[in-house]
Amino acid sequence: MTSIQLAQASNALVYASMFTLTLAMIFFAASFASGRRRPVAQSVPAAAAVEGSGGTAVLTRPPVTDEPPMEPGRRAANIGMSLTWLAFLLLLGGVILRGLWAGRAPWGNMYEFSITGALGVLAVFLGVSVKRDLRWLGLFVTIPTLLWLGLAVTVLYTEAAQLVPALKSYWLVIHVSAAIICFGGFTFAAATSALSLIRGRIERRQGTTDVTGWTSRMPSSERLQALTNRVVAFAFPLWTFAVVAGAIWAENAWGRYWGWDPKETWAFITWVIFAAYLHARSTAGWRGSRASWIALAGWVAFNINYFGVNIFANSLHSYSGM
Amino acid sequence: MTTDSTTTTPEPVGAGMGDEPPLPPLGTTGLLRWLWRQLTSMRTALILLFLLALASVPGSVLPQRGANPQRVSEWITNNPTMGPILDRLGFFDVFASPWFAAVYLLLFISLIGCVLPRIGQHWKAMRTPPPAAPRRLLRLPAATEFASEDSADAALASAQAWLRSHRWRVRRGETDGTPWLAAETGYLRETGNLVFHLSLIIILVAVAVGGLFGWKGNVIVREGTGFSNTLTQYDAWGGGRMVDPAQLAPFSFTLDDFKVDFERGEAQRGAPRLFEADVTYRPTPGAPAQPTTIEVNHPLDVDGARVFLIGHGYALHFIVRDSTGNVVYDDTSVFLPRDSNLTSNGVVKVPDSDPPLGFNGLFLPTAAMDATRGGFSTFPALDNPEVLLAAFRGDLGLDSGVPQSVYTLDTSRMNKIGLEAMRPGDIWQLPNDSGSIEFAGVDRWASLQIAYDPGKELALLAAVIAISGLTLSLFIRRRRIWVKVLDGPEGGTLVQIAALAKAEGADPSDDVSALAEHLGGTAATERSEP
Ligand code: HEM
Repeated sequence: MTSIQLAQASNALVYASMFTLTLAMIFFAASFASGRRRPVAQSVPAAAAVEGSGGTAVLTRPPVTDEPPMEPGRRAANIGMSLTWLAFLLLLGGVILRGLWAGRAPWGNMYEFSITGALGVLAVFLGVSVKRDLRWLGLFVTIPTLLWLGLAVTVLYTEAAQLVPALKSYWLVIHVSAAIICFGGFTFAAATSALSLIRGRIERRQGTTDVTGWTSRMPSSERLQALTNRVVAFAFPLWTFAVVAGAIWAENAWGRYWGWDPKETWAFITWVIFAAYLHARSTAGWRGSRASWIALAGWVAFNINYFGVNIFANSLHSYSGM
Repeated sequence: MTTDSTTTTPEPVGAGMGDEPPLPPLGTTGLLRWLWRQLTSMRTALILLFLLALASVPGSVLPQRGANPQRVSEWITNNPTMGPILDRLGFFDVFASPWFAAVYLLLFISLIGCVLPRIGQHWKAMRTPPPAAPRRLLRLPAATEFASEDSADAALASAQAWLRSHRWRVRRGETDGTPWLAAETGYLRETGNLVFHLSLIIILVAVAVGGLFGWKGNVIVREGTGFSNTLTQYDAWGGGRMVDPAQLAPFSFTLDDFKVDFERGEAQRGAPRLFEADVTYRPTPGAPAQPTTIEVNHPLDVDGARVFLIGHGYALHFIVRDSTGNVVYDDTSVFLPRDSNLTSNGVVKVPDSDPPLGFNGLFLPTAAMDATRGGFSTFPALDNPEVLLAAFRGDLGLDSGVPQSVYTLDTSRMNKIGLEAMRPGDIWQLPNDSGSIEFAGVDRWASLQIAYDPGKELALLAAVIAISGLTLSLFIRRRRIWVKVLDGPEGGTLVQIAALAKAEGADPSDDVSALAEHLGGTAATERSEP
């Protein structure tokens, strides 16, 4: 393919992915709209008791899983999941072609970082969904990803170009790819934190964890918090690694591994906030909704670093290409 | 790592850090002890972490002296009320301010006070055998029971072998005639946690070593000229308290050639694409000269110090002659870029002419003109170079004793005598019989940062250890498992297996299923609740 064709194909795939993701969002929304009430009859094998059967006794209690019972909206949510996979593959294609077009890793400016970041969010979401039922989360991942991609193709769009010399380093590939996956993880954690706060409020109002209404399809606020914790526990060491890789790169490029440049400062702030989150999870009185707020604050800090510092600050790291 | 709130377990595991602050007791020692407990509590750590994040914010919002002293002065000038107040409070030097230091020092004192006792506790925990099986095993959240044909001994021996091979610590015992087995695994979680926190201290030490023994300087070197590593050659230099500036490593180099290239395509037109400085260096004065190339991500290592390429610009060569044609000035002056198209400002000072002359210059590598902006550059390369010179005559102020910048001209006691646009090779006959100035050519200069940080290897090592420790502490799950063998109702035996997670997110039911399967029982267990 010629370079023009690569460029067109990459852009077309990104748009196709956005279109597919929009459909996915509609299906996820439809699954919420239909069958709002939680069916009462939830058949559970004989409750907490020791059943004797031929000398073998098995202790059982009702199994607790993330899975809400079969409901009318389920079909729509399944379609939403499939469409999200399709959107992910299309976006993956778009990112790869973008890299081929530019002849380097596809994260040299804000547009490229954004489409790759959206890919990171979808990857983390779909990755976790392999092991857990995340249909209830689909709507809350597709909406921010679409907004993000929308910003990318409109405001941030830049033609592919070579890198400025400071970005020509394999540490760039390592540092940025780690940061992108972290972005996916932190976004996921922010979504589950926000939902746990909402769901927690509804649980308190209804006085039960077995709530009715639109949040009935979600896991309980406590399970949402546990899920947040899992994802942060995965993303935090990776973020630590990303920051260290950035420091090594900075040492190579500018002669100091840490200089409190605005970008570095906000990377540090993000890191400290998520460290505070992990501590909050072990502190009585903090592990519930307060920890959720901290995780949200960490995500905000990450975004300030991305949008605020790239665009407004006088930083060595201004590579927005705008 | 155990805190009083990780209550996935019916038995509270370990004492942990006190979280609910009790009232301070009376008496000095009591009060001190209470204060110390407060300082080393988890909640204090949490609050101090918040403060650390918060305290960093102004450092990214306000200009900082360390990075950009010029913008700090501008900011203070533009905000005459707030500026000086913020300045006194250290807001333009946040990361060196006493309040920032107070936060992180308190945090690290808290950290040490927290980690040291935990090392002792963990050491003991690792050498203490797992506790005996609870009386009613099946009450635990993950448990199973099944009939077996094996004898108690055989079943326990088999369980023991399996657990050992899966790296559990195993202890066997007997209570009221019932033989049991207790096992524990995942000690590395706490080890990782302690290693992580300790390596944070080492990173702080490494930063301090770099601050005390390291130094950093900036210098602008023109093509064809050299540099030797002594304090007087630097444009700016800063070193730690323990550095003797007279004892810098005696290397030297010359900048032979500096190559740059800019994007000419539509996208990101003008962005830099290549910087390469060809230099010849000598590690010590007598040593043979060695050629090498410095690039942006490839510094030159000499004698522990590293030479980085951080900027570039143009240096203009002028020749000034007096009215009789004698050369009174023949030199290049560094012009400092002020935008990405390298529109640059510089001055020429000619004290040897009579009367002295001075020139303010605006250099445009690719010159363009428009009515509102006047002259400006549209591309950073030398496509259409032009310099706009303003000539002054009078007292340059060089004898006033006040040190002068080579980049600014003090025109307060000078008269402007003319203005001219010149291209390379042009000669301008100055008015009033003041002689002439020739724009002889354009060279490049490179700005280099030379840094020596003896703490950086230690910092890197500690960071790698920190990440490893963190990964262990976040991914390893600490669990206990118990096996009891009772007499079965029909002659055989009845095997009971139960497990406990000692940390959040750890689901021990898989362990129970796996062990039950190994012992030939049904794997039916249930998940523990979060
Ligand atoms: C520089 C400041 C600190 C940072 C960046 C930091 C970071 C972290 C991180 C990332 C974790 C989660 C990983 C894990 O569970 O092992 C953690 C856990 C922990 N930290 Fe810190 N920490 C700091 C200071 C402190 C201090 C001052 C204390 C003592 C009061 C402390 C006590 C703990 C404890 C007890 C845990 C384990 C919580 C659990 O059981 O999950 N940390 N810390």
